[in-house]
Amino acid sequence: MTETTETRTASIPAKAPTRLRRALDSDLFYAFRRSPVAMVSAAVAALLILAAVFAPLVAPTNPFDPASLNLMNGFTPPGQANAFTGDSFWLGTDDQGRDIFSTILYGLRISLFVGFSAVLLAMVLGIILGLLAGYVGGWTDTIIMRAADVQLTFPSILVAMLIFGIAKGITPVEYRDQMAIWVLILAIGLSDWVQFARVVRGSAMVEKSKDYVAAAQMIGRPSLAIMLRHVLPNVMSPVLVIATISLALAIIAEATLSFLGVGAPPTQPSLGTLIRIGQGFLFSGEWWILFFPACTLLALALAVNLLGDWLRDALNPRLK
Amino acid sequence: MLSFVLRRIGQSVLVLLVVGLVAFSMFNFVGDPIDNMLGQERTQEDIDRLRAQLGLDQPFPVQYVRFLQEAVQGNFGVSYRQGREVSEIILERAPATLELAMISAIFAVVFGIAFGVYTAIRRDGWLANFIMSASLIGVSLPTFLIGILLIYLFSVELGWLPSFGRGEVVDIGWWSTGLLTESGRASLILPSITLGLYQMTLIMRLVRSEMLEVLRQDYIRFARARGLADRSIHFRHALKNTMVPVVTIIGLQLGAIIAFAIITETVFQWPGMGLLFINAVQFVDIPVMAAYLMLIAVMFVVINLIVDILYALIDPRLRGADA
Repeated sequence: MTETTETRTASIPAKAPTRLRRALDSDLFYAFRRSPVAMVSAAVAALLILAAVFAPLVAPTNPFDPASLNLMNGFTPPGQANAFTGDSFWLGTDDQGRDIFSTILYGLRISLFVGFSAVLLAMVLGIILGLLAGYVGGWTDTIIMRAADVQLTFPSILVAMLIFGIAKGITPVEYRDQMAIWVLILAIGLSDWVQFARVVRGSAMVEKSKDYVAAAQMIGRPSLAIMLRHVLPNVMSPVLVIATISLALAIIAEATLSFLGVGAPPTQPSLGTLIRIGQGFLFSGEWWILFFPACTLLALALAVNLLGDWLRDALNPRLK
Repeated sequence: MLSFVLRRIGQSVLVLLVVGLVAFSMFNFVGDPIDNMLGQERTQEDIDRLRAQLGLDQPFPVQYVRFLQEAVQGNFGVSYRQGREVSEIILERAPATLELAMISAIFAVVFGIAFGVYTAIRRDGWLANFIMSASLIGVSLPTFLIGILLIYLFSVELGWLPSFGRGEVVDIGWWSTGLLTESGRASLILPSITLGLYQMTLIMRLVRSEMLEVLRQDYIRFARARGLADRSIHFRHALKNTMVPVVTIIGLQLGAIIAFAIITETVFQWPGMGLLFINAVQFVDIPVMAAYLMLIAVMFVVINLIVDILYALIDPRLRGADA
């Protein structure tokens, strides 16, 4: 015990520690190192994210380049050579001869892009409205929170479907497929801001009555600056937890919408679209078209979910 | 008490008015009804005449009030896609969804409470641990994957149960039921499990944590000291006191079950309102979307209202001024 204390004291340099050093010494990183579940989840999530980002480099073929496709390769089972062409594919091919492994990597890309963007949208919207409601109070608060209540009356997936339907009706037919991804982000993002707004509002109301805010008001800082520079940093840790859990929910919401046929179009398939395509072949025995995208989705959702759970416990001061 | 109920009803009406406004705006934002009704060879005169005839030249608030009057009478116009009265289509589809939702709710409540009590009593047993871990995976699994998994296992591999549709149905008046035929009952099993699984795990976890809380209380220890049988302690004393929050959750989840039926109905091609709605979204059939939105809103608001009032009856503290 004394020995470790000594080495630690000795290793602290005279100058201020770097950002990386500070991050590695933090309580959060310590808690992370102590939790095998968190480390495995983080590894899985990181692997999937990297695979998605570098999909063009990792994937053996580009599944959306018609020149590289050979219809004769259709329905090749995983790991076996095709009876006509002799080509073999690690995870098999779908009906059009597209390599499943490659479609998963590109699908993962779309799923993650939609998930991250939707959460970002929900977070920014929720923070702005939550800060306004909590800090300004009065009528602003009443209107924002009533709107939140009305939206909470419905499950968010229903709200997302509705927004998708309306947006689809507004966009001209020829742009619908191109716009589908953005509409999806808008639909999921708008259906999910309430959670952020509620938490930010609650914390902002607590922070508002603290001395540092009073001090900032007294030296004449504008309200906007107080909200963004002083109050916001102090309400960020619950926001981070919600963002992580929302990411898992957003990924599943995207997959659900795409599976139901009101999301990513077949020309830009996400994991949900791939599962929708694969479902049609389940009855005729081509299980791999559905199985591998489903497993990928599950691994991603589970990893992000567990990471969110861990983060919530790790940042909760009452559990320490 | 009366003022509390009145205020709650007032708030509910407000919510419905806002949702009605959203539903009404959908008609205005998405496409022009005149375009849908008149053919290619229309003159400006035709357009103006029809606009006046339909009241579309009136100011927005007037049109909104008219929309509300019609909506209250259940009139949402004609489906763009099917060319039939929306109310008629919904009425035709409602029994399928309500039956599915009811069976799912029963499944969720019965198994949720049973598993919850079991995992609380045998806290460290291997079966209890297994149920708890399985429920964690169940929560992470998206509903549509659970449905596909069940279809693959019980319809494709084992061939025990039908994979889609309602089977044979019997008409009783305007209501059609699948409960009276064998194929109808068999068709209900997989969709009900798919739909109710999430709610089951929710109820199970709630019952478990409430039970664990209650079992620590003094009156349970005194009951044990009196030498009462375990069975009597667990079910007569403990379970009874865990029921208040459980009833609330069950009530609130009922609406969620009906809304989430959209996913289950799509997986199993179940001819209910959810499938109708998702098809309406795909084809931008605004009257059907608006009507479904209003219907779900009414359902949620009524359920919330009943739960709130029940709560106030059970717990007098909630009747206070700022409730």
